[in-house]
Amino acid sequence: MEEKYTLKRKTQYGILSIAGVGILLLILGYFIESPNRQELWTNVLINNLYFLFIALFGGVFLALHKISYAGWYTALKRIPEALTKFLPISAALMFLIYFGMHDLYHWSHEGLNDPILEGKEAYLNVPFFFARMALYFLGWIGLTYLLRKNTQNQDLNPDLKYHNRGKILAALFMVFFAITSSTMSWDWIMSIDAHWFSTLFGWFIFIGMFVCGIATIILLIAFLKSQGYLEYINKEHIHDMGKYLFAFSIFWMYLWFSQYLLIWYSHIPEETAYFAPRLNDHKVLFFTVLIINFLFPFLALMTRDAKRNLKWLSFVAIVVLLGHWLNIYMLVIPGTIGKTAQIGLIEIGFIALYLGGFLYVIFTSLTNTPLLVKNDPLLEESFHYET
Amino acid sequence: MRRYISAYFEDEENLLRATKDLRDKQLTIQDVLTPFPIHGLDPILGFKRSRIPTIGFIGGAIGCIIAFGFQAWAFVVDYPLFIGGKPHFAIPSFIPITFELTVLFAAFAMVFAFLIRSKLGPGANNPIHDERITDDRFLIIVDLDEAGNQDELVKEILLKEEAQDIKVKEIDK
Repeated sequence: MEEKYTLKRKTQYGILSIAGVGILLLILGYFIESPNRQELWTNVLINNLYFLFIALFGGVFLALHKISYAGWYTALKRIPEALTKFLPISAALMFLIYFGMHDLYHWSHEGLNDPILEGKEAYLNVPFFFARMALYFLGWIGLTYLLRKNTQNQDLNPDLKYHNRGKILAALFMVFFAITSSTMSWDWIMSIDAHWFSTLFGWFIFIGMFVCGIATIILLIAFLKSQGYLEYINKEHIHDMGKYLFAFSIFWMYLWFSQYLLIWYSHIPEETAYFAPRLNDHKVLFFTVLIINFLFPFLALMTRDAKRNLKWLSFVAIVVLLGHWLNIYMLVIPGTIGKTAQIGLIEIGFIALYLGGFLYVIFTSLTNTPLLVKNDPLLEESFHYET
Repeated sequence: MRRYISAYFEDEENLLRATKDLRDKQLTIQDVLTPFPIHGLDPILGFKRSRIPTIGFIGGAIGCIIAFGFQAWAFVVDYPLFIGGKPHFAIPSFIPITFELTVLFAAFAMVFAFLIRSKLGPGANNPIHDERITDDRFLIIVDLDEAGNQDELVKEILLKEEAQDIKVKEIDK
């Protein structure tokens, strides 16, 4: 099965036209809505984070299954590997934030005279912020590169040492990710509301990332299958992806509620300051996020047949991806733009532009390597997978 | 009195082939007992889809409504108290209990539905066909009355797959 994905002209045009529509909407929006610097930077940050999370999840998916000795995912390994190839571009986009620092992060201003922020200055200062950012990306890009390289070497050489080396690399990635996923979410999202803090924030962001990544992998499987590839991915693999989407949507809600309940109960002004603007100024969006990220996938994927039906699963995946974009939007905007934030041409334009670029990178990297790995000792198990 | 034939295998591949052979020849299999789940056994045995999940959903929905309804009635109608400056109808504080009772009702509904449907529980008559069913062996039990008393045919199929200790038993049921 020496199958390589070839990017068809039609697909390429489709992807480029998404990006083109994005640019068009941005130009149109720029003149109609005349956004200020802050609105533009907020959109950059939201989309940076969103696509970074999906790309980063590729690495998590690989490492998670590698260290748990899972066999079933081996046949679809190339898809998360392709996702991780977006990470260097994500890094470049994140460093752009340097120019919008003052529009996004209140704590980065000079001479604030704020005792709370002065107390946090050892951690929240601009040089350290970017040093950490560099460290995160160095680790993520380096380790996912090594993981990818390892399976490519395995393709050429049936030696078992690549399998064992992969386990070590996966374990290293997992440890590094466990720490950095928390600190990254403090740095880039929680510090927007610099006075407020929550101890489970990192997990909440991580689970949102998990759901987004799984939904993206489902959509990529659906697309590649519709093009006639991946005939060895059967209903059982799809079923497992559906279970992931279902379970982690519930877990996302669990963490969301764990955070909300305690703040609601104790009713301390420092803590409720976080939810007050979200509930009062963006009430509709606030509840929409909960409905489409939890209630909808919970009811839509409850039955076994729903999880095994790739078309229905793809539809749910699209809805959930939309929901998690809104979730990140709701995490970022009350602290930056505030009350006046609205989803308009600029927002949609930014999503389309990023989406086009993201898909272009993913699909071109899918063409580089055969869609099926070779010489993996667990590959045979993956073909005969059954739940 | 019903007559059963039981035999055990040391390998699951033999068990799978024997099961398939017996099913193909319309010989009714009473039960197959294995020390661990065997992939591909359920479709060969021709099991219908379990309806347990539906019962679980109904049980869970009832639990959810009862828990939420009771709390709402107790805190709003029957005995309204001010607690921590919250409104009487304080949905977030109802959710943990609603969640727990949903899980509890769903679990109970499924467990009892399973016990009733498979005639298990206190006072159930569960004849043991072979002592080794709790050990590391793969056991097959054929209902000879339902299989048209074709003892020889059943034995032949079982022996072909290296079955050991083939026993014919008469058990009250």
